[in-house]
Amino acid sequence: MGNNTQRRKERIDRGIKVRADSLYALMSIRELSYLALPRLILIVGMLALPLLMPGMYWQRVITITCIYSLLALSFDFLAHYVGLVSLGGAFFVGVGGYMAAIMNTELGLPPLLTVPLAALVGGGICTLLLLPCLPLRGVYFAIVSLMYPLFVARLIEALDVLGGTDGITGIDSFTNRWAEQYFIIVILLLLLFGVRRLVNTDIGLVLRGVKDNDQAIRASGMNVTLYKAMAVYIASTIGCLGGACLVHIYMWSGISQFALDFSILPIAATVIGGGGTLVGPVLGCLILVPISELLRDFGTLRIVFYALILVAFIIFRSEGIMIYGQRKYQQFERWTRI
Amino acid sequence: MKPDMKSGMKQDTGKEPILRVDKVSKAFGGIQALNGVSFEVNEGEILGIIGPNGSGKTTVVNCITGFIKKTSGRIFFRGTDISDKPPHKIADMGITRTFQIMRPYYTLPAYKNLVIPLFSPRAKRTGGWRGGGKLGDRNTVSIDILEEIGFERDSYVPYKTASTLPTGYLKRLELARCLALKPEIIICDEVFSGLSMSEIASMVPLIERLQMEGITLIMIEHRLRELFRVANRIMVLNFGEKLTEGSSEEVMADERVKTAYFGSQKVEEVMKHA
Repeated sequence: MGNNTQRRKERIDRGIKVRADSLYALMSIRELSYLALPRLILIVGMLALPLLMPGMYWQRVITITCIYSLLALSFDFLAHYVGLVSLGGAFFVGVGGYMAAIMNTELGLPPLLTVPLAALVGGGICTLLLLPCLPLRGVYFAIVSLMYPLFVARLIEALDVLGGTDGITGIDSFTNRWAEQYFIIVILLLLLFGVRRLVNTDIGLVLRGVKDNDQAIRASGMNVTLYKAMAVYIASTIGCLGGACLVHIYMWSGISQFALDFSILPIAATVIGGGGTLVGPVLGCLILVPISELLRDFGTLRIVFYALILVAFIIFRSEGIMIYGQRKYQQFERWTRI
Repeated sequence: MKPDMKSGMKQDTGKEPILRVDKVSKAFGGIQALNGVSFEVNEGEILGIIGPNGSGKTTVVNCITGFIKKTSGRIFFRGTDISDKPPHKIADMGITRTFQIMRPYYTLPAYKNLVIPLFSPRAKRTGGWRGGGKLGDRNTVSIDILEEIGFERDSYVPYKTASTLPTGYLKRLELARCLALKPEIIICDEVFSGLSMSEIASMVPLIERLQMEGITLIMIEHRLRELFRVANRIMVLNFGEKLTEGSSEEVMADERVKTAYFGSQKVEEVMKHA
């Protein structure tokens, strides 16, 4: 009569994972290292990257990757913890970049001051401009936020302000390439762990509540728009920080900073890395940006390869690398008869 | 300025109602969902609002809590006009509500659902239910509140993700979310619906206990028998208008209420037409 026994895959937390969740983790080296290992790999790996790269060119690729990672982090935070799918990455980069450029050329501030200042002020500007769109949700917010970078770029072009199509030139670079790389890598790591901590605090819970159910947040006496604005400020500050770094690396600020790459690539990275993990998008960028550089030799054909890689990921690992990795690390699977 | 405001002031001397709804109307396009509904709620009582489907019960709740803008009319909370306030301001003043379609934070564990209201400005100001808003550790208090509302503490239920909880627990969670704010008025939009008889049986004492704690309740219900057990006063709505108001016996004896629920035609007449 054929084999009627049906089986299903069962996933069970590893013993070490369960122990590491409890107080027991503090008493045993094994559990402690189980907890610390993934974090250490990430931190040491990121810090070692500039040393491992074969030359100037690839070191530059690493810095650009980190900037994309910042954008992907900000995208993931907004999309998965606040429910605002933002395509405004390019807007954040552009605003941050131009802010840093103006501060550097007009006020003569050094890069170490312009980057944080441009991030904080630029974040404020982005938040103010996005304020009218905050009642929108999901894909509607995405559409409107996509309009911003296009709009500002055309505005600069048409009015010929801020250097017009030539952009702003003569911007100071970082003191040397090692400072440049480690500055950005350290900032990325700090922000990554900072945002991860933020989403688990009580404020982070409220933000996640806004995503799940903004009506219930209202019924609890909290102003949804205020919390959304706060989240957008955090995200746009991260984005502007990336933009400010970018301007100092290229020593030039122009309307190409409003290019849609900065909006789209972080989303692709989030898809590949695993949305909602915050680390995943960074990993996604570490994969996507170098691949895109490797494929540069193929000319326009690289778009085809790029698309193929993306499609393959979506079909075979739609959950994302990070979620897959986490599961393998924390759980084991076995077949059970039902 | 407005005559209603003056009368609101005047009643300060006597027993002032905690909530006064004055000639509230709401039209959705051409549909008159509410047509000049007025009623008062006294402090510490349980007011039941009943009425057939589409009679405007939930619209009343939405108007009071500010979730929809009313076309006309005023609402006073302790003499203060709250008609034009946004929902979060009204909730901040102490008027909270449950939703007919439960709205938990699905991705969060049940007890984290309560950390959010305990973090709200009102809970921080007033201390929240059981002082949870002022304490550093909101997680502990939220589990206390869940136990109070009927979640078994020693089970895994408070730690389960809200999306995996059954309806009975979600309804309690809705109530707990209101409670965490230490509210003055809780408006329950059909908390009994969708529950089994035994679940309702355990919910009724809970409602009674809340009343004893001094919370005013407005309950919208279709489960009349259970409602009549707890409610002090019943108001009947029909087609957006207040039909009658009174004790449960008075309301049930009213011919118009029967008509509203069962129609005016006799069974024989209906059969004749069929």
